[in-house]
Amino acid sequence: MTENRELELYLHIPFCVRKCLYCDFLSAPASPEVRRRYMDALIRETAQRAEDCRGRRVTSVFLGGGTPSVVDTDGLEKLLETIGERYALSPDAELTVEVNPGTVDGAKLARLRRAGVNRLSIGLQSADDRTLAALGRIHTWQQFLDAYYEARQAGFTNINVDVMSALPGQSLSEYLDTLHRVLALKPAPEHISAYSLILEEGTPLWQMAQEGKLKLPNEDTDRLMYRETKRLLQSAGYTRYEISNYAKEGYACRHNCGYWTRRDYLGLGIGAASLLDNVRFRNGSDLERYLENPSGCREEVQVLSPQEQMEEFMFLGLRMTEGVSEAEFVRLFGRGLEEVYGKVIEKNIREGLLQRITGRDGREDGEERLALTELGMDLSNHVMAQFLLS
Amino acid sequence: MADVDQSKIRNFCIVAHIDHGKSTLADRIIEQTGLLTSREMQAQVLDNMELERERGITIKAQAVRTVYKAKNGEEYIFNLIDTPGHVDFNYEVSRSLAACDGAILVVDAAQGIEAQTLANVYLALDHDLDVFPVINKIDLPSADPQRVIEEIEDVIGIEAQDAPLISAKNGIGIEEVLEQIVTKIPAPKGNPRNPLQALIFDCIYDSYKGVIIFCRVMEGTVRKGTVIRMMATGAREEVVEVGYFGAGQFIPCDELSAGMVGYITASIKNVKDTAVGDTVTDAENPCAEPLPGYKKVLSMVYCGMYPADGAKYPDLRDALEKLQLNDASLNYEPETSVALGFGFRCGFLGLLHLEIIQERLEREYNLDLVTTAPGVVYKVYKTDGTVVELTNPSNLPDPSTIERMEEPIVSAEIMVTSEYIGSIMELCQERRGRYLGMEYIEGTRALLRYELPLNEIIYDFFDALKSRSRGYASFDYDIKGYEEAKLVKLDILINREEVDALSFIVHADSAYERGRKMCEKLKDEIPRHLFEIPIQAAVGGKIIARETVKAMRKDVLAKCYGGDITRKKKLLEKQKEGKKRMRQIGSVEIPQKAFMSVLKLDDRK
Repeated sequence: MTENRELELYLHIPFCVRKCLYCDFLSAPASPEVRRRYMDALIRETAQRAEDCRGRRVTSVFLGGGTPSVVDTDGLEKLLETIGERYALSPDAELTVEVNPGTVDGAKLARLRRAGVNRLSIGLQSADDRTLAALGRIHTWQQFLDAYYEARQAGFTNINVDVMSALPGQSLSEYLDTLHRVLALKPAPEHISAYSLILEEGTPLWQMAQEGKLKLPNEDTDRLMYRETKRLLQSAGYTRYEISNYAKEGYACRHNCGYWTRRDYLGLGIGAASLLDNVRFRNGSDLERYLENPSGCREEVQVLSPQEQMEEFMFLGLRMTEGVSEAEFVRLFGRGLEEVYGKVIEKNIREGLLQRITGRDGREDGEERLALTELGMDLSNHVMAQFLLS
Repeated sequence: MADVDQSKIRNFCIVAHIDHGKSTLADRIIEQTGLLTSREMQAQVLDNMELERERGITIKAQAVRTVYKAKNGEEYIFNLIDTPGHVDFNYEVSRSLAACDGAILVVDAAQGIEAQTLANVYLALDHDLDVFPVINKIDLPSADPQRVIEEIEDVIGIEAQDAPLISAKNGIGIEEVLEQIVTKIPAPKGNPRNPLQALIFDCIYDSYKGVIIFCRVMEGTVRKGTVIRMMATGAREEVVEVGYFGAGQFIPCDELSAGMVGYITASIKNVKDTAVGDTVTDAENPCAEPLPGYKKVLSMVYCGMYPADGAKYPDLRDALEKLQLNDASLNYEPETSVALGFGFRCGFLGLLHLEIIQERLEREYNLDLVTTAPGVVYKVYKTDGTVVELTNPSNLPDPSTIERMEEPIVSAEIMVTSEYIGSIMELCQERRGRYLGMEYIEGTRALLRYELPLNEIIYDFFDALKSRSRGYASFDYDIKGYEEAKLVKLDILINREEVDALSFIVHADSAYERGRKMCEKLKDEIPRHLFEIPIQAAVGGKIIARETVKAMRKDVLAKCYGGDITRKKKLLEKQKEGKKRMRQIGSVEIPQKAFMSVLKLDDRK
């Protein structure tokens, strides 16, 4: 076994103040009592799993949800403490916590910073209070501003802001206003995630759309929002390093890049997914069971065949603008990229969806890579589906 | 079995409107005649094909022999011959009836007489069968047996006062039905010493025994070793085995003589040699005349069937071959489509028959099919005096060489409660129906008579009828003949390329409307591509409708769901799966179901 193999930790906090109308993540409001019991269970699971991860260097930790910031700071501190004690945490590890404006204040943020958190991901979504209300968000633009500057004050120098386009009732100018306001923050965020709204089946927003009660931007507007995101953020000095993610130099999210490059990660908490040594598994999503026996909830264990590993390598790797390395493919699978995917690659290059590049991050290093073109990024699902082998 | 007393045999069938309880009554008769214990009973013994049971209808005629000890102390042999319950199989029904001496008419105590009740009872009377009625479902709260008895006497004109009042489902009154079978259905006639004359009413193919002929012996005797000849097809073979029908099994016996119902095997390899309705005779000592009523079965509805995966063409051919062994009314010949590649043009008795075959190919033979829109057989009279029977729209000759075209017409009877007469008449009008007349039955219901073009009723007429009458209308039809009509071929162009498999024949007056709807439908069915795709409808090269599928400009899954890669992959798999069910035509990928879209154009419901 290789010592020093990298590992990422994901910890799921399935609680929020109120469910947003578009959200289909495993998350719901809960009483302080349930939240406390859950944190106890999560800390127990974190401690118990440490044994499996001996000899691994943890390079990133991500507390996601839900809204991790709704749980007591004591609980979060204790969780981070447990990680620090039980895992080989790399000194330069990225430690991210997702926060929702309206659930944090200066004191809480300062405590998180002191506990080792060095990156915050703040869910803004829109700068328009009416749109925020229509999405069921619990905060206003002003509350976001407060949270943002409190975070800066608390010493956070790596902040992501989430924004969303194609929202109900959203006009192009309203969306651009959101982007402009985010870019005008002083200092501006180091990282911006810009998603377009996806109506997930079963969510209230989806239901409203089904009933024809939702006024969504038309295709042309949606399109413009998408294009303008790229144009504006790039001109403001951000690099698009993945389909929906933009970062200033050196601030790409290490944790998320791990998912796309298939680094091993351990998911802790209910519903959390893991990838360890090419085995994917996840915890079940039954809260009661988890509270009783947090380490006994693993299910859906799937041993990835070499073919499945290749598929993932491609459809995950292609999400990133740097694409996938041909040499890396050969190294991992003992076969050439051309040999396995030659036809698909040629077709997509011909159609202007894929390109061969050398180097990464705009730096020429002679490494042969395959990446999506701008058009390919727009049609990424269409391209990626073709890389499934069965 | 050697000495069978003819007077102790009863050959009969049960006729009814669909859902009036025919199969259930058959079950009870089999059960209570003691041949089988209740435990051995499958829910519905006669319907032994999986598909039939799901659809609640009987497709292939079959027979069962049971023994009944009557109240008079005598034992009677009952041969119950089951008949298909759908208009597509009318000819098979008529041959099954011809094998019987009498019929039980089952009428639902709540619904009374329906269109098929009439059609079937008239068919039975036409075959000189003695018919006695039973009133079923008397346990329903809405049952009104007295009204139904009067209706039967008034409308059909048969005695119904002593009709058994039964509930086949709950086993009420079955004993009385059994007694009436003995007293009201005549014993068969015929002389066992006359030359052999037996009617084929069904046949199936068995991989061990070859073709198994189901027959009713009218005259003479057949036994192992008899050399038989089919009078219409001329096929000749030595009999290997004769026997009768136990429940779900063949029970060999020494001989079948006049009046008996049973089966014959004779190492016949091809079901085409044993046409339903044909007469089996002794090759050495033939009868003078074949039995009347034989008809060559004609396919009324055609469609193209293509394997979704071109490489499966031989599999489709083998599957059709096997199905045809059991179903002489299915016919097929190879054809090629520019759009769909190699496949077959298949002929069916009707749309239900088509659907059954399609489902069997998909289920039993595990084939993924692309089916083109079904059409009827048109007669094309050319200026040079020749006539073309057109089964595939793309084979329509150059319009300048066509003098006129004719389409098949049916005479239809529709039974409907008075409140829906208006909407049903409207439907028939829309379908180019010709009104022939109307009779009121019992004041609240009417029998409408129309002539309708077959191509207007093969798609969705039955559904439209049901939805416009809230399920109260029933329908039956007969092919009447051919009539001249103003017909045109509607072509569909996708990305400016004509797609032969999408062409269809339509009445000139509805060409524009159908073309427009077809384009709209296809616009919804064809996914976006990297480029814009025009969809056009054309008649004789002239574009009459157009829609456009816009170019795909965004297909992004923004969120990656944290580490939930499995979910992301499932979404991609779904997308890829969708692609697999597409046909590449030029540079456009068309979903397979688009080829059936013409079927779903009726939005007037």
